[in-house]
Amino acid sequence: MKKKWWKILTVLLLTYSILGAFLFDVPRLAILNETIRNLHFHVTMWFGMIILLTVSVIYSLRYLRSNNMRLDHYAVEFANAGVLFGVLGIATGAVWANYSWGEPWSGDPKQNSAAIALLIYLAYLVLRNSLEDSQQRAKISSVYNVFAFAALIPLLFILPRMTDSSLHPGNGGNPGFNSYDLDSRLRVVFYPAIIAWTLLGVWMVSLRVRYKNLKMKWDD
Amino acid sequence: MIKTVKKIFVFVLLFVSLHVQAQDGAYEITDESYTDTSVEMADVMRENGKIYVVVAVVLMLFAGIVVYLVLLDRKISRLEKEMGLRTKGEIE
Repeated sequence: MKKKWWKILTVLLLTYSILGAFLFDVPRLAILNETIRNLHFHVTMWFGMIILLTVSVIYSLRYLRSNNMRLDHYAVEFANAGVLFGVLGIATGAVWANYSWGEPWSGDPKQNSAAIALLIYLAYLVLRNSLEDSQQRAKISSVYNVFAFAALIPLLFILPRMTDSSLHPGNGGNPGFNSYDLDSRLRVVFYPAIIAWTLLGVWMVSLRVRYKNLKMKWDD
Repeated sequence: MIKTVKKIFVFVLLFVSLHVQAQDGAYEITDESYTDTSVEMADVMRENGKIYVVVAVVLMLFAGIVVYLVLLDRKISRLEKEMGLRTKGEIE
């Protein structure tokens, strides 16, 4: 447990964000009512996912430049954690949608593209498991990871915004979270919550990478 | 001179239009949004303090998960020492 300060920070920030999310004042808005507090949970999952998947693709690129297997371990574990956050994001989104939009899955452009993006990343994980040779697996899946990331960005940030039929904030003429962001009283919980959940993801990643390194050493 | 005035005018118009666009949002949050009692919120739950019961339960769950993670972290550190891997082994 060396270098444990950031783990302590994770726990402190998460505790603060849970307390703040439940107890701080939130704006009283029609339809949303108290569910606006989901901002601090559901939306942070997606921000965390984007950060984790970005780090994953950086490690993939670094692997392709150096052929260092350790870097590939980081790439896949960051992708794993990112996909976990994404699945949690889509599941929590469905719960929230059920009460705000009337049904858990309305085929909303944002929901559809998020689902496609997650399937692309699931294919990355399946692809890895289908390859026997570890060097080959690392190389092919690193290249795939770059393409997956290149598909993720337009799927989440561009295509949903080009439609005019989305219910999701920030898309199809709907007000985005930048209008929530204007509100500093939500921001004081929202931003620390993003950092906290992302750090929790990094902690999970570090545990799994260390396990993998141990296993590599054991196999030698 | 006239050109400069025109430029400034266009700039001002641009910012005005941006401002108007920003106000299109159905969820424009202002200070009044915090006091708008016409919107139903869980005020009773806050008044009688039952919300703290929920918060206590969630925090307890979270604490349990943290303890689990810390113990797992320690186990892995111990193994790393035994296997002669550098105890660092964290994110590069």
